[in-house]
Amino acid sequence: MTARPVHVTLNGAEREAMAEPRLLLIHFIRDVLQQTGTHLGCDTTNCGACTVLLDGRPIKSCTYFAVQADGKKITTVEGLLSNGKMHPLQEGFREEHGLQCGFCTPGMMMSALALLERNPDPSEAEIRAGISGNLCRCTGYQNIVKAIQYAAAKMKKGATA
Amino acid sequence: MIPPPFEYLRPSTVPEAISLLQAHGEDAKVLSGGQSLIPMMKLRIARPAWLIDINAIPGLDYIREQDGFLRIGGLVREFEIEASELIRKKYPILHDTASVIADPQVRSLATMGGNLAHGDPANDHPAAMLALRAEVVATGPNGSRTIKIDDFFVSVFTTALEPAEILTEIRVPLAGARSRGAYFKLERKVGDFATAAAAAQVTLDDRGAVSQAGIGLTNVGPVPIRGRHGEDFLRGKAPNAENIAQAAQLASEDAQPSSDLRGPAEYKKALVKELTRRALNRAVERAGGAR
Amino acid sequence: MTPTTPEVGGMGHSIKRREDPRFLQGKGNYVDDVHLPRMVYGQVVRSPFAHARIRGINTEAAKKAPGVLAVITGEDLAKANLAWMPTLFHDKQMVLATGKVLFQAQEVAFVVAETQYQAADAAELVEVDYEELPVLVDPHRALDANAPVLREDREEKSNHIFHWEVGDRQATQKAIQDAPVKVALDAVFQRCHPAPLETCGCVADLNTATGRLTVWLTSQAPHAHRTLFALVGGIPEENIRVISPDIGGGFGNKVPIYPGYVCAVVASLQLGRPVKWIETRSENLQSTGFARDYHMTAEIAADRDGKVKALRVKTLADHGAFNAAAQPSKFPAGLFSICTGSYDFPSAFCEVDGVYTNKAPGGIAYRCSFRVTEAAYLIERATDSLAYELKMDPAELRRKNFIPKETFPYRSPLGWTYDSGNYDAAMKLALDMIGYDDLRKEQAEKRKRGELMGIGVSSFTEIVGAGPAHTFDIVGIKMFDSCEIRVHPTGKAIARLGTKSQGQGHETTFPQIIAQELGIPANDILLEEGDTDTAPYGLGTYASRSTPVAGAATAICARKIRDKARKIAAHLLEASEADLEWEPGKFYVKGAPSKSKTIQEIAFAAYTNLPEGMEAGLEAVDYYDPPNLTFPFGTYICVVDIDKGTGEVKVRRFVAVDDCGNIINPMIVEGQIHGGLTEGFAIAFMQLISYDEQGNVQGGNFMDYLLPTAVETPHWETGKTCTPSPHHPIGAKGVGESPNVGSPAAFVNAVVDALSHLGVRHIDMPVTPWKVWQILHQNGIS
Repeated sequence: MTARPVHVTLNGAEREAMAEPRLLLIHFIRDVLQQTGTHLGCDTTNCGACTVLLDGRPIKSCTYFAVQADGKKITTVEGLLSNGKMHPLQEGFREEHGLQCGFCTPGMMMSALALLERNPDPSEAEIRAGISGNLCRCTGYQNIVKAIQYAAAKMKKGATA
Repeated sequence: MIPPPFEYLRPSTVPEAISLLQAHGEDAKVLSGGQSLIPMMKLRIARPAWLIDINAIPGLDYIREQDGFLRIGGLVREFEIEASELIRKKYPILHDTASVIADPQVRSLATMGGNLAHGDPANDHPAAMLALRAEVVATGPNGSRTIKIDDFFVSVFTTALEPAEILTEIRVPLAGARSRGAYFKLERKVGDFATAAAAAQVTLDDRGAVSQAGIGLTNVGPVPIRGRHGEDFLRGKAPNAENIAQAAQLASEDAQPSSDLRGPAEYKKALVKELTRRALNRAVERAGGAR
Repeated sequence: MTPTTPEVGGMGHSIKRREDPRFLQGKGNYVDDVHLPRMVYGQVVRSPFAHARIRGINTEAAKKAPGVLAVITGEDLAKANLAWMPTLFHDKQMVLATGKVLFQAQEVAFVVAETQYQAADAAELVEVDYEELPVLVDPHRALDANAPVLREDREEKSNHIFHWEVGDRQATQKAIQDAPVKVALDAVFQRCHPAPLETCGCVADLNTATGRLTVWLTSQAPHAHRTLFALVGGIPEENIRVISPDIGGGFGNKVPIYPGYVCAVVASLQLGRPVKWIETRSENLQSTGFARDYHMTAEIAADRDGKVKALRVKTLADHGAFNAAAQPSKFPAGLFSICTGSYDFPSAFCEVDGVYTNKAPGGIAYRCSFRVTEAAYLIERATDSLAYELKMDPAELRRKNFIPKETFPYRSPLGWTYDSGNYDAAMKLALDMIGYDDLRKEQAEKRKRGELMGIGVSSFTEIVGAGPAHTFDIVGIKMFDSCEIRVHPTGKAIARLGTKSQGQGHETTFPQIIAQELGIPANDILLEEGDTDTAPYGLGTYASRSTPVAGAATAICARKIRDKARKIAAHLLEASEADLEWEPGKFYVKGAPSKSKTIQEIAFAAYTNLPEGMEAGLEAVDYYDPPNLTFPFGTYICVVDIDKGTGEVKVRRFVAVDDCGNIINPMIVEGQIHGGLTEGFAIAFMQLISYDEQGNVQGGNFMDYLLPTAVETPHWETGKTCTPSPHHPIGAKGVGESPNVGSPAAFVNAVVDALSHLGVRHIDMPVTPWKVWQILHQNGIS
């Protein structure tokens, strides 16, 4: 019905567009803001492919309305690259073969980012719990865990450097 | 997949929210976490014409002990409950419960208030609230009132909240040093509703006997169920294996599960017994009791 | 094979993936990422009933809804002879229903609107008047005299689709009769679904100016799909371009052609605008190619010392409402006759009957190598039954009956010639890795204390790489595959294949084959697939066929280039070809190694300094017709512990030893194993698509169709042996499906083993906690 302006900070850039109330955040990001890195994998809020960070917290953008995001910060996979340099998570996923078809990867990395930001030294069990809202059909998760461990180690080193 | 159209309002105070709910009556729904409501809208099972987003209302996101209660604001998110040191130390049953609700992303948004207000017997907090003998505060056009948890769950998806009322606070009786609980949930996988789950809160006296017991059961009836007979049995007794087993057995007799994709009713009853037993054991252990 | 350096990255190197950077940056190009100017959206309207006559469809309200451009029904399609389309297996299926619907969620109408949200609103406004008919969901009732006949369009008014048999019925019958020991096992491989994380969809774009139709398609077989669109749609094939861009997982789900694709193409032709159709997850689970639904009985006859004598198998196959199985045309039960497995059966007989029911159509998918999952599951479960009967250790019984490695190539009694195998070596390695003997001791001790622990063994042989032209085709198209390579003047190259990766890493692995053959660094080779305008014709990627078939084509193609390179090198070195030696990356003169030319120098010369009379360029194409299939194998061992209070099964350890011959990229192979084992785990313990008596589907969305998360998924331990394929140019066999083929039996065998002392001999999948609990309860030990 009545569309309203939605102003967000997307990966550090100010973006604004009109959105009808029922427009799901995932569609706002993919179709209106044209960032197609975040994907849709289900229709019952189960798969996590659509995970983005909202004010630093991982949420399923398919279960949130764009109008709710007005005034908030959104981080998507497109925000991981920094001055052309890969984020330790992106590096880790590559080094450890943590992706195959790549469809779950953006959402998976967002959940992993949120995990590492609040728990920089997670155990394997904590990693698995931290990504338990993200389904993967290709990897069996084992190399994803290794990828996140790689990133954690690199981020810790970076922090103390 | 695509919700039907609706109008969206975002009040900035509780009174404003309440008057909007009054104005739109049955056509309006409160949007707090949205992690139960929005999926229903996407399936077009729920079709509110007006969505009243209460997330901008300040002052409803506290966790504190005050005046005899642990008070949790209606907009406290599950991840905050999971992360709270106070809750982990003194109300571990709530930590247990929050950690098994859905998954990390849902817990970023889902609120404890919403988990109760939705009235779904499959939700996890109701059983823990029963075990804790909690109460909720409902704020509406006539001000705030306290509703005891045993009066709160009326039937499937129906609570004692009036249409224009918002759940603004949850009150849990202050836990003494020898009062602790636990929540055990069996799910087919992370993110699922419980096949069955049991919440247990026990208070031990200085002889180590059970002075108070609370047992709540998830997803084994049209409403969350109090394991009343188990509680009554255990009160005054030593929390030994035999008594706990008997209390668990009685709790399972209070359960009214249905057979569905998660399993036959007979299995769920057996699960209730087993999970109640485990929850009671853990509660006693945490309360500093010998078993 | 001369090893190459890591910089060259030939066979055996775990080089990092070429495709990763774009995926990691969110710059993949999946079908739903395609945005074209003036693009519109389609949504399918689906039947709520499993079996009903359509009395009428009223599209007036839908047509008037905001943004709606078209509402297409079966009647509309019928005018263009498109209401029905051929399936991939000797049948036809409705694109949009006319007359009646045959399964819940069947496609009934297609709404096209300016936006996806408008299409969703309009879809609700299509009114269909249904008259319900009696529903048939039990395949065992499909051939009853009073069963409703589902397919009125067929001449034969019966729900029986096919009968297929192979082997020696008489000899097997006699062997079973005469044998001192026999066991029989009824096993159901439940209906499940591949559920790749990306659902199916397309963007169909008819360019009215050029007359060309471009279809971005979630397709594992883009060329075959192009040809089918041409034949069925009457569109000239050179005017159709199918582009399979990045695909978010396939697992067989993206091999069939779905009504949504056809509707989108029709709509685009009608409107002259690009039409996007992306199904939802619920639509994916409820209407696209399901897997399995095989109801099987196996009988094994043996000597008293455990030597097997005969195998007899009878199977009822539930294909749903249309036989849309995607499999080679001569094989109505796919390659199910691999069911003699790893064992030397003197005689065997196998028969399969397919029936229609009021369920979603299909029957082949989910990483199954064309029913090999069903076959391997059956023989590995039945072998355990025999072990129990003989009171013999299941590993020992298997070793006793393995086809000995000296007898390869081995002709099975059901007609397959296995290329190579060394089953005992894989078994031995698996037993060592898991510490089998200690585990059996532990189990004995635990049993005394009433604790439940089980060990399950599965020694599978599978059959992949379809397949030789004399036997294999899909809708008539032979199952060759292809590679085209072109080397540029600066020594880099581009290669295109007829296959299509959905995550298997082709952009990395196929260049590695070329690197091995030509010495051009793998990272200097660009690999493209999926665009039918440019890629050579191929049958696509499924059934683990890419490495066996396209991989062979790649090697042969590279060797053709090497042959020409030799001539150019001879010219440059002023030597005769016979005097040149090759090592990866260069030719040198025998006895004078400093007189050499690198492949890069040769490539440059191919454009600048050619021998007299030689055509310029350095390229080749190969269409490879495999002489045989390949037979990867392995032994998997699973250890489980059972929680007596809840019936939950915890996988404590899982060792997977795989033999896929020569390995191109060990890192990628290991990733495939992890993924396949996880799918096998899900099938064994949690996945089921079922129907109630009214034909309502259960497990039709991700709330109830369960995919394991990182929390449930066990840790996988992998090992390998290497028995190359003697007929494959690089000795490789393919591996993607092995873990899904071999693992379900390992899991189930373990659970049954944990309960075998109670007399339990079988549990049908999914092995849920409540099924286990019921067994414990019946035995008084829950």
